[in-house]
Amino acid sequence: MAAVVQDLGWSALRFVDHLGKLGVFTARIAGTVCRPPVRVRLFVQAVFDIGVLSLIIICVSGTAVGMVLGLQGYNTLVRFGAEQSLGAVVGLSLVRELGPVLTALLATGRAGSATAAEIGTMVATEQLDGLRMMSVDPIDFVVTPKAVAMVAAMPLLSALFIVCGLFGGYLVGVGLMGVDGGTYISSLQSSVDFVDDVAGSLLKALVFGVLVGLIATYRGYTSAPTSAGVSAATTSTVVVASVSILIFDYFITALWGV
Amino acid sequence: MPDMQPHSVPAAARDDSHVEFAGVRMAFGDREVFDDLSCAFPRGKISVILGGSGSGKSTVLRMIGGLVRPQAGHVWVAGEDVTRLSEVATYGVREKLGMMFQGGALLDSMTVFENLALPLRERTALGEQEIAAEVHQRLGAVGLSDVDDLLPNQLSGGMTKRVALARAIMLRPVILLCDEPFSGLDPISARRIEALLVRINRDLGVTIILVSHHIASTMRIADRVLALLPDGAVSGSPTELRMSTDPRIVAFLSEEVDEALALTDVPVESMPTGRRA
Amino acid sequence: MTRAPMRDFLVGVFVLLGLGAIAYLSTNVAGLSYGGPGGLTLYAAFDQTGGLKPRAPVVIAGVKVGQVSSIALDRNARARVALDLDKSLKIPADTTASIVTSGLLGDRYVSLQLGGDEQSLEAGDEITFTESAVILERMIGKLIHKTDVEKAD
Repeated sequence: MAAVVQDLGWSALRFVDHLGKLGVFTARIAGTVCRPPVRVRLFVQAVFDIGVLSLIIICVSGTAVGMVLGLQGYNTLVRFGAEQSLGAVVGLSLVRELGPVLTALLATGRAGSATAAEIGTMVATEQLDGLRMMSVDPIDFVVTPKAVAMVAAMPLLSALFIVCGLFGGYLVGVGLMGVDGGTYISSLQSSVDFVDDVAGSLLKALVFGVLVGLIATYRGYTSAPTSAGVSAATTSTVVVASVSILIFDYFITALWGV
Repeated sequence: MPDMQPHSVPAAARDDSHVEFAGVRMAFGDREVFDDLSCAFPRGKISVILGGSGSGKSTVLRMIGGLVRPQAGHVWVAGEDVTRLSEVATYGVREKLGMMFQGGALLDSMTVFENLALPLRERTALGEQEIAAEVHQRLGAVGLSDVDDLLPNQLSGGMTKRVALARAIMLRPVILLCDEPFSGLDPISARRIEALLVRINRDLGVTIILVSHHIASTMRIADRVLALLPDGAVSGSPTELRMSTDPRIVAFLSEEVDEALALTDVPVESMPTGRRA
Repeated sequence: MTRAPMRDFLVGVFVLLGLGAIAYLSTNVAGLSYGGPGGLTLYAAFDQTGGLKPRAPVVIAGVKVGQVSSIALDRNARARVALDLDKSLKIPADTTASIVTSGLLGDRYVSLQLGGDEQSLEAGDEITFTESAVILERMIGKLIHKTDVEKAD
């Protein structure tokens, strides 16, 4: 019994320890962002790895989710004779929740794990030490471009996901289920508000980008220099980032709606 | 080497030692690696750190580079105590050092040229033309050509080591640190690296501190040897060590020699199965 | 680094696509600002809006030309509706604004019937002629009442 309580206390202390270390890590990243040299080439490369290479998966998933929304939305609304509002249902679901959250989860799985693995491998093969010995700060050179690229790419990916979703909903709702095209669009337009919905959606995507960027780079940077260590860093990135996204989603939704 | 200028010897150094350890204690968690290590690495000479695995020889190098801080003691590198420096000041000391890592530690997302150009781009204000000239000069010095556009994973073991060596000397360091420069190489490639290190030392007066478990080459090239024995460290010239009657040293050397023989000099037919060079 | 030009181009394309998506969502979907800065804003007062909502379309001859930006009660307890219109429009001074229903039970929107006056309304002007929304329940109530009265006769 005492052992269980001890373990619990130990886990709690370790959690707080990690939070503190993450805070220090974040401060170091922030420090390198402000100071020259500005690593444009590396930033562009990171945006390519995170954004461009995720385009296909985001667009395909977005369209698929939109199609499902169109189908489910229609089947539910038609029971109340309210199928005219399909555009509003698909639009609001995507913009407010599914767009930013699903994009962030997909990006975590694809780009977040890749980033953690890449940095972790660099630790294991002494590449970061090599940089230090050449008087180059590994945080400035490796971590910051990737973290900032994640923050920058997330809102863009989220917006693309939503647009693809709206298209998917249109395909199913109008093309398949027979809702009038004009009605779909006008229902969509009259229900989605910029400040309440779109701005909130972009803010969420930005926050999720910060979360995934920090967690992925931190776990990679602090991974044990073995292949087991890199693997652990990768899986914990996906787990921790995913849970954090969902928890933060609630708080942002609650606070933004006030 | 035609175009490289020898360095002027830096001022502020203790006696004629370039790197000095005093009372250094190093432990990883509960495991103590060494206790009260004191030794000096003379300027302009080749010093070799010998030891079995787990003896902490790589840790010694990392302490010189400021990558690891000991629990107690001082480490002076070119006159500065790196155990007491701030992060920024440590970067300053590292400009005088060059390090050749065991696995090369080349950045795997960049080509050979980009890897070699990196230190110049970061620490100097040279233009692209001059950088290209310097890079090709160093590559020529280590006997490589036409490797500019290759990625590190396309290089053989020997080529990787040579590129790593070229990178370590890009900024014309006064102290060159090498972590197991001969390991994982066939005898010919190992000899080639050996010859390169000797040339760098003789022609440019660069202090070389290398870690190895290869007795034969150590005896050939070392001016000074630091042997990390299980119960303490012993330093001396290769001749002194070879002539020593201290049973620990004799045992140490013969063990090392056995290991070395088993790995490189014995003909294939008489080698026990399962162990290849 | 040697593959730079293609990679940079693709990153540029990605950024443009992303920003385009954001712009599309902000303007076409959320209706950020219909006419942009300098849109033509007119007002119309109605006795009854019948559930007209902000951002409902404003239509001329069936074509959307703007949206309702706000609805507030004025001094005379009438509903004062602000209409945010495309700035290139010329609205004659004797135009009529009516609140009509999309379909029989659908959403309310504002329809403008252009008049023939040579003078056009400026930004901030009031549309004088307005037709309030028809409340279906009242109509049915009137019909029943009328039928009862007829029966009584």
